[in-house]
Amino acid sequence: MPSLTDVMTADADLARAAGIRTMAAKGAAPEDAFVDWLCRMGDNCLVLGHRVSEWCGHSPVLEEDIALANTALDLIGQTQLWLGLAGEVEGKGRSADNLAYLRDAAQFRNVLLVERPNGDFGQTLMRQFLFDAWHMEMLRALQKSTDTRVAEIAAKAAKEVAYHLERSADLVIRLGDGTEESRARMQKALNVLWPYTGEMSAPDAVDTAMAEAGIAPDLATVKAAWDRTVAEVLAEATLSLPTGTFQHKGGKQGRHTEALGFILADMQFLQRAYPGGTW
Amino acid sequence: MTTAARPDLAIVRRWLSQVPDPEIPVISLTDLGIIRDVEWQDDTLVVTVTPTYSGCPATSVINLDIEAALRARGIEKLRLERRLSPPWTTDWISAEGREKLRAYGIAPPVDGTAADGRLAGRVARLAGTSNLVIACPRCGSTKTEKVSQFGSTPCKASYRCTDCLEPFDYFKCI
Repeated sequence: MPSLTDVMTADADLARAAGIRTMAAKGAAPEDAFVDWLCRMGDNCLVLGHRVSEWCGHSPVLEEDIALANTALDLIGQTQLWLGLAGEVEGKGRSADNLAYLRDAAQFRNVLLVERPNGDFGQTLMRQFLFDAWHMEMLRALQKSTDTRVAEIAAKAAKEVAYHLERSADLVIRLGDGTEESRARMQKALNVLWPYTGEMSAPDAVDTAMAEAGIAPDLATVKAAWDRTVAEVLAEATLSLPTGTFQHKGGKQGRHTEALGFILADMQFLQRAYPGGTW
Repeated sequence: MTTAARPDLAIVRRWLSQVPDPEIPVISLTDLGIIRDVEWQDDTLVVTVTPTYSGCPATSVINLDIEAALRARGIEKLRLERRLSPPWTTDWISAEGREKLRAYGIAPPVDGTAADGRLAGRVARLAGTSNLVIACPRCGSTKTEKVSQFGSTPCKASYRCTDCLEPFDYFKCI
């Protein structure tokens, strides 16, 4: 295992490298933006999949343990498809595994929402619902992508995510419109997570370039559908939409919260300590 | 293998129909509908496979099993290709495969009932008035209830029969 000093030095180098890459991306070849965007899709699935898998063996009931593990599995499977395509488009011989295990935090492109800690079961479910509602709309739209590889992955993933959304919406309603205790916990989870939801649909240069190329949808249309789903489900769940307007951002550009570092330390340990190890 | 010695594709398909699914060994890979194409490209046999669920851990074992089965039949040059589109659907499970599932204790999929992520009707489902009728594979009763839409493998949901009280797996639609 590398010493702490090594890790910090490596981190600083990687952060500088990422900075250079971000600057280079400003006058960006479309491929760079495409790779970046594919990493966003893949990293959202990877980081949320890892977070959800942390519940394995710890859920309140057996059925939920199985459901969470299955959801995590679907997300990791989708990660392989998105990051596999990212590596292919990038053309530097990096596989999905390389991208998952050998990049550092500053090169991850997931939204901050998916790296938020699990909290209690209610908070995990609320995070899942807020993401699923966006993911479903995104995958629906991506099936019309001008890039057939993207459309094919979206068609595959949409079938799985439909089950994720139906389950998370059901549970948000059951727990929200449940006991005094469960309702209070769900409202608290919603309040805590709400400032992390805006980033999903806030476009930057990469999103705009993808929309202009017809590869990905205009995020404003995704947001409109997300707003409707969320409002409908939260109303049935008897929960109040938070009124605060402040929204965190940065994950899509590689500026993460400390939470991601802990996830990567756990997820990447084996490949860092035993490079190229297989089993 | 010379071109003249290439086994007929119908024979190759028959061989593949004898390779069991690693998770549900009563049905074969062809019953499951995941073998999308078999063809000769010169002296190389190309088998095109589609994954069931994108994260299904059985995928790599399936590829190994296909390779082992065909090598055992003397196929030397073999290539496996993955095809994502059109995505796999439970509609492709053969009629024979469905009967084998039922006999094994897994209720086969009811076509056309896949989740679509549209939340209309959710309230009815929560109230338990779903019009999806899953017959118990053990006693045949239609008085069954969903325990969870996720089960022991990604492709299954958990149900229970309120007549014979047995829990069972339902091969859910996708």
